[in-house]
Amino acid sequence: MNARIRPGTVLGTMAMLAVTAAVLLPLAIIVLTAFKPVSEVNAYPPTLLPQDWTLDNLNRIVDELPFVRLVLNSFLFAGGVTVFALVFDSLAAYALARIDFTGRRTLLIAIIATLMIPFQATLVPVYQLVSDLGWVNTFAGLIAPRAADAFGIFFLRQFFLALPRDLDNAARIDGASEFRIFRSIVLPNAIPALLTLAIFTFVNNWNDLLWPLIFTTEREMGTITSGLTLLTGPGGIVPYGVMMAGALVAILPLVVAFLLVQRRFIESIATTGIK
Amino acid sequence: MAPGAGRSRTGRRNATALAFLGPALLILTVFVGWPMVSALRTSFTDASGFGEAEWVGFDNYVQVFTDPDLFNAVGNTLWYMALFTPTAVIAALALALVLNSPALPFRGFFRTALFVPFVVSLAVAAYAWTYLIDPQVGLLNHWLSGVGLQLGNVLEDPDLAMPAVALVAVWKNFGFYLVIFLAGLQDIPGTLYEAAKVDGAGPWRRFTNVTLPLLSNTLAFVLVFAMIAALQAFDQIYVMTGGGPYGNTQTIVMEIYESGFRKLELGFASALSYVLLVATLLLSVVQFVFFGRREKDAQ
Repeated sequence: MNARIRPGTVLGTMAMLAVTAAVLLPLAIIVLTAFKPVSEVNAYPPTLLPQDWTLDNLNRIVDELPFVRLVLNSFLFAGGVTVFALVFDSLAAYALARIDFTGRRTLLIAIIATLMIPFQATLVPVYQLVSDLGWVNTFAGLIAPRAADAFGIFFLRQFFLALPRDLDNAARIDGASEFRIFRSIVLPNAIPALLTLAIFTFVNNWNDLLWPLIFTTEREMGTITSGLTLLTGPGGIVPYGVMMAGALVAILPLVVAFLLVQRRFIESIATTGIK
Repeated sequence: MAPGAGRSRTGRRNATALAFLGPALLILTVFVGWPMVSALRTSFTDASGFGEAEWVGFDNYVQVFTDPDLFNAVGNTLWYMALFTPTAVIAALALALVLNSPALPFRGFFRTALFVPFVVSLAVAAYAWTYLIDPQVGLLNHWLSGVGLQLGNVLEDPDLAMPAVALVAVWKNFGFYLVIFLAGLQDIPGTLYEAAKVDGAGPWRRFTNVTLPLLSNTLAFVLVFAMIAALQAFDQIYVMTGGGPYGNTQTIVMEIYESGFRKLELGFASALSYVLLVATLLLSVVQFVFFGRREKDAQ
């Protein structure tokens, strides 16, 4: 093919390059500042690239925060919510998509209504409940309230509905139980939807600030996202270099994971919005 | 068939369904259903976490909308929404249109790069932005002053603080909206553009007469989605301004956090929670009407 290069295309490409550079600037700043010595971080005029690369900031963050613990907490919290939500949501979604039980329609409407409730609106009573259970500063308190969620149930139900019923009808005639059909036929065919939901749930919880801020009061029980807010002492000078080193560790797992699965992830995200 | 066999089969099906639904229903009832009832009750009391709470009727709600300090949170949230929603949606749509053009090189790269902020924590990104616009050592401030734009101390500036925190949210979210727009654009049949071209329609006419009408459902979806996101603004504000200066970036969720968890004015926090809830529900209903129409169209 011998497409002529049009001036419009050149202009568009240059505009896109500029926009992309601007969008990536904050991320570049995190990476580059994390490796800058303090003198350069606070220098005027500020520069983009470090002149001397150093690991001081990364070393210091380990002293300032129980850093390894916080990262581990993030994995346990986001991972725990993801595992529980995936199991409980898919079980519920299966019943809503495949079993003809009394009150199915009413329950579906109730779940759609629940889907619209922002978690911030029930934060006060949920905290009281978690506190009465003695679960503040525990993984139970962080994970249990999110161990099932209406969005996941609805999303998976829509996907299950779209799967052909021939296979499970054949299995039913052969006398397979509903649980067997769920486990051996429906779940294996729903792996793309389960993966999308898993990534979505993990990312949201890893990145959440308000939730761990409220359900943990001890430094050691926070997540990396909420733990970083401890670094900005009241009225103190923000140690930007240390902060960016922490930020780098907080975003690195997700950004790397995203870059590995980006094409699939973006395409599946596009459909969660509309379908 | 023996009489009653049908009923017992229904009974068995119900029992099976309950086994599947049990865990999720338990969680949703305990941690969403019950708290909603409890918050509604608390919103009519002066509960403070200590002693007996007294019934105060609609006092808390009246306060939300009349007390100048408290209505501040509602007004600020609307202002934030007005700044965030159109900026994010227009930026996403414009970039989606450019990205959708087959002549553009590196489309996959651009799409991925513009989407990256969506997987980055808003709270963490807020630190990077704080550094970029630091009045002394901020790189962005320095560059902008190079072209004659003196921003000063943005986060301490009563007029600029809100646009700044809204812009950070635009940065984080527009890539997500962009991807949804791209999916919508790819559903528009190319033949329609060809036909419009044959009829002599220029790029702008093709946009207003082909793209916009066929993208209207997607556009409505994204708009409502962005408005709901704006109602819940918290993370970057907590990090960047803490609600200041002079309470100018104190949003509804910031105020729920402060009154519910710092000042322990649980009654007031609950009333504010219900304002947030009702506003979100109203927007969601609009969304579901469009959503339902789209589903019907698809069938």
